[in-house]
Amino acid sequence: MSLEILTPGLATTVQDRGRFGYYRFGIPQGGAMDQYAAALANRLVDNTDKEAVLECTYLGPKLRVDADTVLAVTGSPVDVLVNGERRAGYTRLELAAGDEVSFGVLKGGAKYFIAVAGGIDVPEVLGSRSTYPIGRLGGVQGRAVQAGDTLPVGAPPQATLPRMDEVPEDLLPDYGRQFTVRIMLGLYDHKLTEQGLRNLTEAEWTLTPVADRMGLRFDGPGAEWKQEEQPFGAGQDPSNITDAGYAVGSIQIPGGTQPIVLHCDAVSGGGYAQAATVISADMDLFARMGPGAKVRFVPVTMEQALDARAERKARFARVWS
Amino acid sequence: MTLPERARYTWGGDEFLLIEISPDMSLEANFVATAMAHGLEEAALNGIVDICPANASLLIRFNPDELASADLEAKARELETEVRRAAVQALETRIIEVPVWYDDPYTREVAARFREGYHQNPNGSDLDYAAEVNGLADAAEFIRRHHETPWLVSMVGFVAGLPFLFQLAPRERQLEVPKYLSPRTDTPALTIGYGGCFTAHYSVRGAGGYQMLGITPTPIYDPEQRLEDFADFMVLFRTGDIVKYRPVDEAEYRRIEAEVAAGTYRYKQAPVTFTLADALADPAGYNTTLLEALDVA
Repeated sequence: MSLEILTPGLATTVQDRGRFGYYRFGIPQGGAMDQYAAALANRLVDNTDKEAVLECTYLGPKLRVDADTVLAVTGSPVDVLVNGERRAGYTRLELAAGDEVSFGVLKGGAKYFIAVAGGIDVPEVLGSRSTYPIGRLGGVQGRAVQAGDTLPVGAPPQATLPRMDEVPEDLLPDYGRQFTVRIMLGLYDHKLTEQGLRNLTEAEWTLTPVADRMGLRFDGPGAEWKQEEQPFGAGQDPSNITDAGYAVGSIQIPGGTQPIVLHCDAVSGGGYAQAATVISADMDLFARMGPGAKVRFVPVTMEQALDARAERKARFARVWS
Repeated sequence: MTLPERARYTWGGDEFLLIEISPDMSLEANFVATAMAHGLEEAALNGIVDICPANASLLIRFNPDELASADLEAKARELETEVRRAAVQALETRIIEVPVWYDDPYTREVAARFREGYHQNPNGSDLDYAAEVNGLADAAEFIRRHHETPWLVSMVGFVAGLPFLFQLAPRERQLEVPKYLSPRTDTPALTIGYGGCFTAHYSVRGAGGYQMLGITPTPIYDPEQRLEDFADFMVLFRTGDIVKYRPVDEAEYRRIEAEVAAGTYRYKQAPVTFTLADALADPAGYNTTLLEALDVA
């Protein structure tokens, strides 16, 4: 079967768990920006966690299914419409051939996810179906979906787990306006001034509209770098370093003004110093933030980061049971 | 130049280890980073996801569920000691020739759209500015200095397949040029750019802050893998590759462009052994030796 794209939405891309092992060539991990929400969508339609979903940004697509199928929408809260009638998110939706799915206005956050039984079956490139538009890789011809695209859907899966009609309350993600993001200080934090470090870790930061899969820029009191003699090759600004690899989730502060959190399609390296890195367990949160979201960056230790990682893993295990 | 006695080890969250060999760029620092990357690849530890050697540092991604951070750090420190102790620091690599149309109309056209508010010298060209800040007579002299020695690919990254290159020349002979005051929102694909002490090839069209020197007709990123030089992988450059730029005029640029379009173009290249001590002891003489390898290719 297939999904016919009637209108594409703002930036709708095919994403899965991501493309790992090619970062050394500048090819980012990609993948659904909220891995947890994407997993819930796959779970509702009896897929495994490997299937590709559609990631929607603010304004979703309008699409038509050409066969009876099962579909689910998770992620940021939005009205789901089937043939114009409101249906609930985070539930299993049984659709008939010819049904049309569209979306109302987003009520918070930024990203939501559409899973269909069998998964979006575009060809794998370097081990993943995720779309990397800058490199014209993966997804639908390496780009966001367009009106008139027909997306192939895989064969209906054989359910191996008990059917989940709706996501249980205690497994639902939160979509508030206030976020606490855990970070580990490090990388080039020794180059920040004391005041800069205090601002980064104690101030409240506001997400600007300059936010996408590559990175998210925050507004606040700034975080200044020390005025020191710059190393050879680094560049003149105190926020410059000799170009180096960027950790996914690292926080750079060009010019000491607005922190930028690098996300899953980030550039793999560059010449801006980073003062901290978001822990792996908290990366999904950035897909749940809309412009204006208030964020505090709270430093934790490696041990605490690993505890949080284990908790997250346990939560995924509950989804897949 | 002398490197810090020990590299700086620091964590990028629970999945990344950054090893800064030196805050300063140098051939020696790049050599240690590259050699450590090779050593780690050979060690094939369970739980390593990616090894990304950079100009003067090394970024490692690992899965902490399979490889404890302390074990990774211990192994990396052991490798660092080995690499620094090695009597002969040598790299088996290749020298590859890249044709460049310097001062071409494509980058000139884009540069003209980003002057006031973007560039230090809105009334002149990027090349004029690059010559001026290096105290050179004119753009032609900057171009000559740019292609007269080979370059080392010291890092691959930023976007897919984009190489950073470091000139094989003593520091006092190296060219340094500030980046744009504010980055352009457009750069033609295959632009040869210059920022700090690095040359970069823009693999794809897009934003960029490096000064634009020229353009090449030959792809360096080929996701369809059409050309034979991309049969193994879609990215041309590897850290440690040595590059010789060869200036071409419009007629030759067009000829090569047609060969690329026909799918018949092959890069001229030859295997070489790059020995750090020789390169540092006699840069000019050693560069001649490297270039001879290309002449017989």
